[in-house]
Amino acid sequence: MTPPLDKIDIPAKGKPSPEPGFNFAYLDEQTKRSIRRALLKAVAIPGHQIPFGSREMPMSYGWGTGGIQVTASVIGQNDVLKVIDQGADDTTNAVNIRRFFKRVCQVETTESTAKATLIQTRHRIPETPLQQGQIMVYQVPIPEPLRWIEPSEVETRKMHALEEYGPMYVKLYEDITHFGHIATAYDYPVMVNDRYMMRPSPIPRFDNPKLDMSPALQLFGAGREKRIYAIPPYTKVKSLDFADHPFSVESWDKACEFCGATDSYLDEVVIDNDGGRMWICSDTDYCSRRQSEGEDGTTLND
Amino acid sequence: MMQIETHYPGANASVAPPRDRSHRLIAQDLHKTFVLHNQGGIRLPVLAGISLSVKPGECVALAGISGSGKSTFLRSLYGNYRIDQGAIWLLHNNQWVNLPQLVPHELIEVRKTTIGYVSQFLRVIPRVPALTIAAEPLMELGQSQAEAEAVIKSLFEQLNLPARLWDLSPTTFSGGEKQRINIARAFSVNYPILLLDEPTASLDATNREVVIKLIEDRKSQGCALIGIFHDDEVRSRVCNRILTFTPLSHA
Amino acid sequence: MEPLLTIDQLSKTYGRIRACDRISFALYPGQVLGIIGESGSGKTTLLRAIAGAIALDSGQLFYRRQMGDVLSLTQLSEPRRRILMRSEWGFVRQNPRDGLRMNVTAGANIGERLMDIGQRHYGNIRTEAAQWLAQVEIGEERMDQLPIHFSGGMQQRLQLARVLVTKPRLVLMDEPTGGLDVSVQARLLDLMRSLVRRFQLSVVLVTHDIGVVRLLAHRLMVMQNGQVIEAGLTDQVLDDPHHPYTQQLVSATLTP
Repeated sequence: MTPPLDKIDIPAKGKPSPEPGFNFAYLDEQTKRSIRRALLKAVAIPGHQIPFGSREMPMSYGWGTGGIQVTASVIGQNDVLKVIDQGADDTTNAVNIRRFFKRVCQVETTESTAKATLIQTRHRIPETPLQQGQIMVYQVPIPEPLRWIEPSEVETRKMHALEEYGPMYVKLYEDITHFGHIATAYDYPVMVNDRYMMRPSPIPRFDNPKLDMSPALQLFGAGREKRIYAIPPYTKVKSLDFADHPFSVESWDKACEFCGATDSYLDEVVIDNDGGRMWICSDTDYCSRRQSEGEDGTTLND
Repeated sequence: MMQIETHYPGANASVAPPRDRSHRLIAQDLHKTFVLHNQGGIRLPVLAGISLSVKPGECVALAGISGSGKSTFLRSLYGNYRIDQGAIWLLHNNQWVNLPQLVPHELIEVRKTTIGYVSQFLRVIPRVPALTIAAEPLMELGQSQAEAEAVIKSLFEQLNLPARLWDLSPTTFSGGEKQRINIARAFSVNYPILLLDEPTASLDATNREVVIKLIEDRKSQGCALIGIFHDDEVRSRVCNRILTFTPLSHA
Repeated sequence: MEPLLTIDQLSKTYGRIRACDRISFALYPGQVLGIIGESGSGKTTLLRAIAGAIALDSGQLFYRRQMGDVLSLTQLSEPRRRILMRSEWGFVRQNPRDGLRMNVTAGANIGERLMDIGQRHYGNIRTEAAQWLAQVEIGEERMDQLPIHFSGGMQQRLQLARVLVTKPRLVLMDEPTGGLDVSVQARLLDLMRSLVRRFQLSVVLVTHDIGVVRLLAHRLMVMQNGQVIEAGLTDQVLDDPHHPYTQQLVSATLTP
């Protein structure tokens, strides 16, 4: 199950950064090492939140400082980096982070999921299945799944330690009671390795099944909350549900109007001032690859 | 293994149980003094060396003027008042138990099955209907609500309690109505020992006859009864003997 | 009959204050033990000590589990104690806000303990929640409402349902009728009486209200300055109080 040796990328040690005055990947080596230690621990206890000494980054909290620190700690010179925001490679946040790492690491970047060795993401998992050897880095705003019901960190830690997860089901119960179905659409809580309850970051529920038994290593970083957690490759990840209200993902009665995909997560886009809308893939790489392969959605929805 | 609350500081634990089984209740040398701490520590001796033995089928009347201690004695036999000295032997499940020596859960058990008490006043529970209040002792014994209420209904009928009252809380009932609920409550269980505190005080002639009949039935079933009867006619009709109390001079 | 809960020489001091001084008692199945005393008498400390919420200075607590074995509560690990509190024990608080989740529906409040112990069937949880609402005399149409919109008495009845839904054997109650109107109290007391009998509950009931213990408690302990100064069956203690403090307490109370 381990990736081939040539794929394992040992982060450069003390190598001068391409950007004068900065260490490789911005963070100093001590910091990277401490974050890697937290990551190792996180991998050893899947789904369990590990505190780490989150640093000030040259951007504000909420812009992915946790994810960036994790990326900075694991990135090596031979990595190929992809950054997506809401599935898109070309949004401001994604472009900025990609440019940041290009400057401080001079690594190769890509928009192709298949070519990337390291993917930092906000709010999506690519449609193209992940491979063994790839690393996903998730930007996490709030890591604690039980926070909504229990404000005390001491208490939530105890609840995790003792697997007291009943209160989390209260939330699902309330969903069904109010909406007739589990309405939680993003950040849908999961059980990792049958042990720890985890927030998968605000990815759509649609992406939850991709977490399960994924061949990629999945790392989660919360900068403001100073927490790191991980799902090692091939780990069981189960979305919470009730026996009579099983977990299900969103589906659309439409296809992407660019590529015609019916199996991907669709965004609704307003296209003019008259309320005109269209449905397109949220994963821009997936969509453009399909288009270049000759798929065309324009006829499908007519 | 450890000491659990002492209830009767003065009770003597070393008394040996009686040998004979011809009695149901044997009270030996009861002493009781009330100390009113909040009134300068006044001591009111009420019982000093009272003894009484009652056989099955016997009914003993406690007599004496008001304040002579007959009510204190009756309450002591139920364990409601805690005596300072003496022994109260009750035949419980065919074994002698000394009431002052019982720990709380044992006394609860003895009260459930062996000794009943008809008090003068009904302790009314807000919202709880008469039928339910009266059915409680039977339900404590594990009977279903339906079974228990059937027994009570029949007693209510005997005691001429109008059916429209059965499902009401007795909060607003008259004294006589409350007393009949109390009587039904206590007579629903076949206690081998029954204590009666003026059971006919607020009853009319008809219902008094019913109670006399109930007492006679119990006697013929072998129940040992001890009671305070202010009504001379009732007393002379149901009682086999009389224990007369005289007030103690307050030392 | 074996005791459900046995307390042996329990002591707890706060600095020089003896909050609980060598308290001992045994509670039997189906019994309601009332503990009365004024503020600062140690009764709440005792209840919290039994619940494991505070550490003891000395003394032992034993609990006989459903399966028959006896646990030493002072040696019980926190995880096991918490499991016990969720399953065989219940705690009813004076303020329903402390015992309920005010921002989730009544049904979820009742269902939570079921979900705690692993029930994962929405329909079954709702059915059971509805049954318990009926038990505590709350209309089923209230099931999907937030307890914030309930009256104080109704909130307290909901708390009872929330605690009792897992059929605990031992329920600890801290002034459950405090802060309620007299008429509302009466209804709650009556309900508690019938629930105690129906489910053979054993209850430790802390209160300063003699009327409440008169109606609910089989047995009574009177506490003052951390000590049990008098104990016995409720009618014994209230009709024939021996200790000066108890006499004062009883004579100061209108006959309930």
